[in-house]
Amino acid sequence: MPTRKVVATNLPPSRPAEVLPFKTSRPHGSLISVLDLSLDEISEILALATLLESEDPLVRMQRLLKRKVALLFYESSTRTRTSFELAAKALGADTALISSQSSSIEKGESLKDTGITLKALGAECIILRHLSSGAPYLLEQATGLPVLNGGDGTHEHPSQALLDLRTMLAHLKGGETSVTEKTLEGVTVSIVGDILHSRVARSNALLLPRLGARVILCGPPALLPEVASAIGPGLTIERDFDKALTESQVVMMLRIQAERLAGLHLDLEDYKGRYQANGPRMAAHAPKALLMHPGPIIRGLELTSEVADGPQSLIAEQVSHGVAIRMALVARALNAVGSGSGKHTSGKAGSSAKPSSEKPGGAKPGQKPPAAGNRRRA
Amino acid sequence: MSATLIHGGRLVDPASGIDAERDVLLRAGRVAAVDAPGKLKALARQEAAESINATGLIVAPGLVDIHVHLREPGQGYKETIATGTVAAAAGGFTSVCAMPNTVPVNDSPETTRWMLSPERGASIRVFPIAAATRGSMGEKLTEYGSLKAAGAVGVSDDGKPILGDAIMHEALIAAARAGLPVIQHAEDTRLTGGCSMNAGAMAFRMGLRGMPIEAESGLVERDLRLLASVNGARAHLHVAHLSTRAALEAVRKARRNGLHVTCEVAPHHFLLTEEAVGLYDTNAKMNPPLRAQVDRDAMLQGILDGVVDCIATDHAPHAAHEKEQEFERAPNGITGLETALGLSLSLLHKAHRLPIGRVINLLSTQPAAVFGLKGRGSLAVGSFADVVIFDAKKEWTFRAANSRSKSKNTPFDGWTMLGEVRWTISEGRVAYRAVAAG
Repeated sequence: MPTRKVVATNLPPSRPAEVLPFKTSRPHGSLISVLDLSLDEISEILALATLLESEDPLVRMQRLLKRKVALLFYESSTRTRTSFELAAKALGADTALISSQSSSIEKGESLKDTGITLKALGAECIILRHLSSGAPYLLEQATGLPVLNGGDGTHEHPSQALLDLRTMLAHLKGGETSVTEKTLEGVTVSIVGDILHSRVARSNALLLPRLGARVILCGPPALLPEVASAIGPGLTIERDFDKALTESQVVMMLRIQAERLAGLHLDLEDYKGRYQANGPRMAAHAPKALLMHPGPIIRGLELTSEVADGPQSLIAEQVSHGVAIRMALVARALNAVGSGSGKHTSGKAGSSAKPSSEKPGGAKPGQKPPAAGNRRRA
Repeated sequence: MSATLIHGGRLVDPASGIDAERDVLLRAGRVAAVDAPGKLKALARQEAAESINATGLIVAPGLVDIHVHLREPGQGYKETIATGTVAAAAGGFTSVCAMPNTVPVNDSPETTRWMLSPERGASIRVFPIAAATRGSMGEKLTEYGSLKAAGAVGVSDDGKPILGDAIMHEALIAAARAGLPVIQHAEDTRLTGGCSMNAGAMAFRMGLRGMPIEAESGLVERDLRLLASVNGARAHLHVAHLSTRAALEAVRKARRNGLHVTCEVAPHHFLLTEEAVGLYDTNAKMNPPLRAQVDRDAMLQGILDGVVDCIATDHAPHAAHEKEQEFERAPNGITGLETALGLSLSLLHKAHRLPIGRVINLLSTQPAAVFGLKGRGSLAVGSFADVVIFDAKKEWTFRAANSRSKSKNTPFDGWTMLGEVRWTISEGRVAYRAVAAG
């Protein structure tokens, strides 16, 4: 997470102590970037996911019974939306799905106003998928509610990285939930393909090295600029997929995001030749590696059916881990993380279940815009 | 018009080379006399002059900002000429040059004159900059001679840079003939489509498209080549809001080669880096964007070593609802008129020991000279009675909520800075007076 400390060393103009950066008091339970979480918090989430997964469904239902969770989706989604929804429902919460195609978003309502509306309707947590990087911070600030980032532009997809981590731990570390900076020592993970447009790649690349993994980013320059390895520690770039494969215990394939390719010329046949995960290639260079993919997969492009459906593939299993992880995230956001013996254990601090009439943080009342538009460069 | 005696202050007037205790008598909108402390008392009494006690304060020529967006005509919900000039006066400015990216674009003598009409209610002097091409479309030149006659002091397609070589070449020649500078917002927009911050690791991590420094330096270099090719015409190129070391070095070199090129740097570019974008703070989004440390340091160095001609704010007000949007959708720009002096004194004078005279030079005398604003940026006898009186030792805290601008989009909310403006006098009239001022 970018810190807001003011640059330069020798600057006298400074923020006085009483005017702290506006994001210092973010709502508890928000998850927008994997960097929001300490390793201890990640361990707690993993443990909670395991607990909730095995909990009696009727007991589990009591945790968030009739509490309200909104799913706000500006982009289409199958896995993320459904698993968050099932996760919230499994905890007993009521969910409301708002998608951009069938709501007032189509009429031009802003993200801020949509958030304020959802809060007024009683939502205590918003799960947001949005096409603009950073949009969850705006929603969080406008509503003061915990926001779970279900993917924002080309920025991050933290719940995906956590479910990917859980999948890896299940196979490599016997389902360990308590993680440290050494947990993935000796493990090399290759993330392959359209890194440029992938929020999943960013979240994984920022998360896995913190647990000791070595992460190889692999792809052609058009989809993987050199600067990518500078976003965090523990990252290297390898253009040769075969080489990356030989070094990897985990291979994470990514979809070419055709919808974001505008202006980029990519020779798909050439791409497939160099970067497609196919049977012969996997057999020759990484016969034992775990093969993962956040989906949606495009069969015949970044991987063949043989590989997608083959014994190394964990694609479907990842999806199942997604529900467990998202149950933990929703429970955490609503402060219902107790070890759960059937009692409603949500903390009293979070019991502001009623929509409050106070003004949302940072929001000024009124001020309806005159017509939008006129966005001239200044 | 009555007279005013400013007495007891320390006059800092780079144009006359004065930095000493002096009293200044203003009469009929002009500087009537400058003399040693007490020497003008009798004369002032004779004329029944009002008196301003500037003891312990700096008396300097009113500040000149050659790059502001006052949003009129057309976008009065962001700012008006009236509100923008009130903010300017509060910041110590007595002259501002207004960019033409209004609605409609100021590409005609009619619009230029409309902006200058007393009905706009300006508190200080406004100098319109006219569009360099019709509608700022980059295709056909506007009428530079008529625009100048109507009051324009320069031509620019600010925000929509002139990319075509041929049209830029033509603009330089036509502007030279009219005696106007061509002001270029140097950005090769072919390299910056969909970009919302500086290119680099930070932009990549944040999932934002980044503007490469080459988009700026490349166009500056192209413009300098064109300028060299029309050197016989004595064309004047002014590079707006420089933000990269590479572009600054290109300007330095061209200057050494005798080309008539000038440049400005905005306070945010010599103070902040891209780190200030933080968690997608749209009040740190502007164009050119905040850059990396090395570029920010180069801007500061360029100011200290003199290659930068002047400081200009690029005051770009936007309504709250426009800035409270997704980062990529929010418009570019921040306000700057009320913070320029305080930030400059804090960083340049206090931290880097630049004499106050040099700071005034950068904020008043040189910008006036760059655009040929006669009688501005100087307190020599006969100059316009444009004066700023400030307390150079006073630390104060800027609160965006208290800003006089109609818009509050600034990254400097809550910053403590040096140098509080007490009076701003525009052509002899008090345009701003601090609440506490006696």
